[in-house]
Amino acid sequence: MEKKAFVHPYIPNSVPEVREEMLKAIGVESVEELYAEIPDHLRFKGKMNLPEAIPSEYELKRHVEGILSKNTTCKEYLNFLGAGCWQHYVPAVVDEIVNRSEFLTAYCGGTYSDLGKFQARFEFYSLMGELLNLDVVSEPTYDWGTAAGLSLRMASRITGRNEVLVPKIIDGDRLSIIKNLCQPETMSHHIAVRFVDYRKESGLLDIEDLKRKISSKTAAVYIENPTYLGCIENQVEEISRIAKENGALFIVGVDPISLGILVPPGDYGADIVCGDIQPLGMHILCGGGQSGFIAFRDEEIYAAECPLALYSIAHTDQEGQYGYVEVLAERTSYGLRDKGKDWVGTASGLWTIGAAVYLSLMGPQGMREVGETIIQNANYAKKLIGEIDGIKTLFDSTFKEFVINFDGVGKTVKEINQALEEYQIFGGKDLSKEFPEFGNSALYCVTEIHSKSDIHKLVSALKEVVK
Amino acid sequence: MKDIKLKRYHGASWAEPLIMELGRKGERGIIPPKADQEVRDTVGEASSLIPSNMQRKEDANLPEVSQYHVLQHYLRLSQETMGMETGIDIGEGTCTMKYSPKMHEQLVRSDKMAALHPLQPEEHLQGILEITYQLEQFLKEISGMHRFSFQPGGGSHAVYTNACVMRKYHESRGELEQRDEVITTIFSHPCDAATPATAGFKVITVMPDANGYPDLDALKAVVSERTAGIMFTNPEDTGIYNPRVAEYVKVVHDAGGLCFYDQANANGILGIARAFDAGFDACHFNLHKTFSSPHGCEGPAGGAYGVREELAPFLPVPLVDFDGEKYFLDYDRPLSIGKIRSFLGNLECVMRAYAWIMSLGADGLRTVAETSVLNNNYLDKLLMEIKGVSRPYAEGKRRLEQVRYSLEQLKEETGVGTEDVRNRIIDFGIQGYWMSHHPWIVAEPFTPEPCETYSKADCDYWAAAIHQAVKEAYENPEFVMNAPYNQAIGKIKDPSVAEDPNKWAMTWRAYQKKYRKKERE
Repeated sequence: MEKKAFVHPYIPNSVPEVREEMLKAIGVESVEELYAEIPDHLRFKGKMNLPEAIPSEYELKRHVEGILSKNTTCKEYLNFLGAGCWQHYVPAVVDEIVNRSEFLTAYCGGTYSDLGKFQARFEFYSLMGELLNLDVVSEPTYDWGTAAGLSLRMASRITGRNEVLVPKIIDGDRLSIIKNLCQPETMSHHIAVRFVDYRKESGLLDIEDLKRKISSKTAAVYIENPTYLGCIENQVEEISRIAKENGALFIVGVDPISLGILVPPGDYGADIVCGDIQPLGMHILCGGGQSGFIAFRDEEIYAAECPLALYSIAHTDQEGQYGYVEVLAERTSYGLRDKGKDWVGTASGLWTIGAAVYLSLMGPQGMREVGETIIQNANYAKKLIGEIDGIKTLFDSTFKEFVINFDGVGKTVKEINQALEEYQIFGGKDLSKEFPEFGNSALYCVTEIHSKSDIHKLVSALKEVVK
Repeated sequence: MKDIKLKRYHGASWAEPLIMELGRKGERGIIPPKADQEVRDTVGEASSLIPSNMQRKEDANLPEVSQYHVLQHYLRLSQETMGMETGIDIGEGTCTMKYSPKMHEQLVRSDKMAALHPLQPEEHLQGILEITYQLEQFLKEISGMHRFSFQPGGGSHAVYTNACVMRKYHESRGELEQRDEVITTIFSHPCDAATPATAGFKVITVMPDANGYPDLDALKAVVSERTAGIMFTNPEDTGIYNPRVAEYVKVVHDAGGLCFYDQANANGILGIARAFDAGFDACHFNLHKTFSSPHGCEGPAGGAYGVREELAPFLPVPLVDFDGEKYFLDYDRPLSIGKIRSFLGNLECVMRAYAWIMSLGADGLRTVAETSVLNNNYLDKLLMEIKGVSRPYAEGKRRLEQVRYSLEQLKEETGVGTEDVRNRIIDFGIQGYWMSHHPWIVAEPFTPEPCETYSKADCDYWAAAIHQAVKEAYENPEFVMNAPYNQAIGKIKDPSVAEDPNKWAMTWRAYQKKYRKKERE
């Protein structure tokens, strides 16, 4: 038996008397006997060198709050960082629901005991399907990059080809995730990732370059809309046509909050759509709100090649009542291990419920209105900033992000961002290393959370900073 | 079986329509902010800012529901979810369904966590970076490893990260073309086979020997100069600890391969045995299992991936480091595999794991491990007294934190299988159990894991529920096969929906096309 009792609120059976009873029932003298299978040479001797415990909840809370207080939040500072993690308003009802104990702590319970979880998920697929104009939406993966990489792998399997075309304007981190999923050249199932250039003035895809690069080896043409640098890609019908003429799939990565006002990718021929649902009601959470999805038309080949879990509504033995079943479960890594489609595992399920609540609250009008506010605010900010001496903004069309070039002011983005901190502003993401061809540039994000005066504050601060 | 009175439970039952069926045209759930008049006057209508061919012509066909009714709808759905905290969730073994302290959620929701952007300057993220750095120090102590990355967004993702690290390691030595095989064991999680396959390796699976251990001779037979490494669990999902694990590691090391320890099943060995000491090169922990982050309907999750010094250069970028004065993100790692997830990972899981370990300390963690093993062996004693339940393999050997049982005998004698029993026990107010990953090497499996969260009374109740279901199976098999009875819905009528493209409907719009059309005709 332990030398001294350590009774902890998280461990009911740390009460010595209970332990004695249980040991007696098992028929052993001590817990040590239960570890008989771990040989002595593998046993960790001594005590782990960890800080002294803080078992008091209050004291622990004070302790963690003390550390967290060293963070500066995007409510204390005015934030213009986006780049895939976007600050939008999170309705109170979304927070209320995702923090419900039942949803927060549920795991793999089935359709009977966890019916509500399955229904909420099905509603997520259905609402997203309306936004995208597609009939199948997957359970989520970790983030957009993984969703894009898995979509490209799907396309490679469906077409039997091993080359994909992606836009040269792509988030470097997302590209790295995709490349890891596409394997190094020496491996037998390597998928070559080739870049399609962009047009210098518009930032949109260079169709001529696409035509040059596409071939009978191309499994998929992948684009993003809005692009990584915020532009609205309008050559979508042509890109779709070129992809299809060459027997390649057309994959579109989207920011779903744009789809209240932008054409759904299902309407312009996308075979697979992917993206991140973080903007649909998830806090920025230091990047913890990311959640990738994959969607496609209701065709067996796509479902059969999708690595992520898919669920269908199903009738029960009572009229008008529904339950839910997993579609083609056998194909996943849970069904076939290394012979399954890539892999599936615990990723970001709770955020699908957050997005379902968000889309239910917003409705058709809300999604249109939020899109309108975002695009107006962003273009307003872009216009005002572009009028500052020495500053240029790049490219024509903008949804919520745009590139600011500081070449004319003789300061680096880093210096400018440091100076903006004096005004309690987080400036945009520094692009100078990621895209050296754009010179000394930064990616700014403006959404519905920014008021006119927030934008004016940024503009006057920038004016001071670049003087 | 002791005299335990099972609850007369019934799941909440709201007969709740789908959200798409609720509300009326024109109802509003929320009104987003409008751009200021000056903003609108300056830039014009939103449509003027969108190329005409890219303007959405019709609003999305989303429901129109008032705020109260959206709230009510999802509250009802939450009530129709047993989840983990209302039912006794001992059954979901390999998942370590432990209590997630509520205080952590208050911290996650606070602005100091929820309102941080991952690209903020490091000076403004010092708090969360400190917590990340400190958790890394804790996990180094717990595992013996040298560095950790918290970028993986789940356990399987950490295992995938390992496959990428193994790949990069061999590539850096010019041996990747030669070393294209990864070995795993059948009782290791499917991701130990699936993620190296995704990363491009051929996967070889070692089956168990007669005692349930991975067959050492079989391992020796498949190890060669083509071996990139082995990825496996210990204790495996059977709960059986392999005492000769270091020999397996040596066999693979001698052939030039790397050894990865899938530590999804670490709850019973915290402070008891360490991956490093058994010779492993890398390991991972699930922050949402062993370290208390809530499972969240399958995420957001946290995979902590740790390595020996030799493999540290290959970890994803960035790593969190400390220069003696401030915490910083280290991107200057030329051999890194790059990114496997955007930004820094799910740091809310990192924060919870930090708080959980701080609450317990070294002694507490050991008590966690010992209690999970104590609970498991106590439950085992109760379950093995039930007719029809067996515990294949390793007769006479203690299991650690979980056990893979079999209801094969029950199935043979009554026709009632493990899925039926799973459906029946939920009628007693406990969550359905985890059966097994596929393939079912153990026939009619179920895998409970009564971790430290659960009391002796919980274990007694859980065993009593299994006992009752089995008793009913012997008395009236049909009754159990038609279960459950006390849930919000009846039995799924036609499970072939899952396999039939003409019948499945993965969105409401697809359902309308496939079913409502027929009804109208």
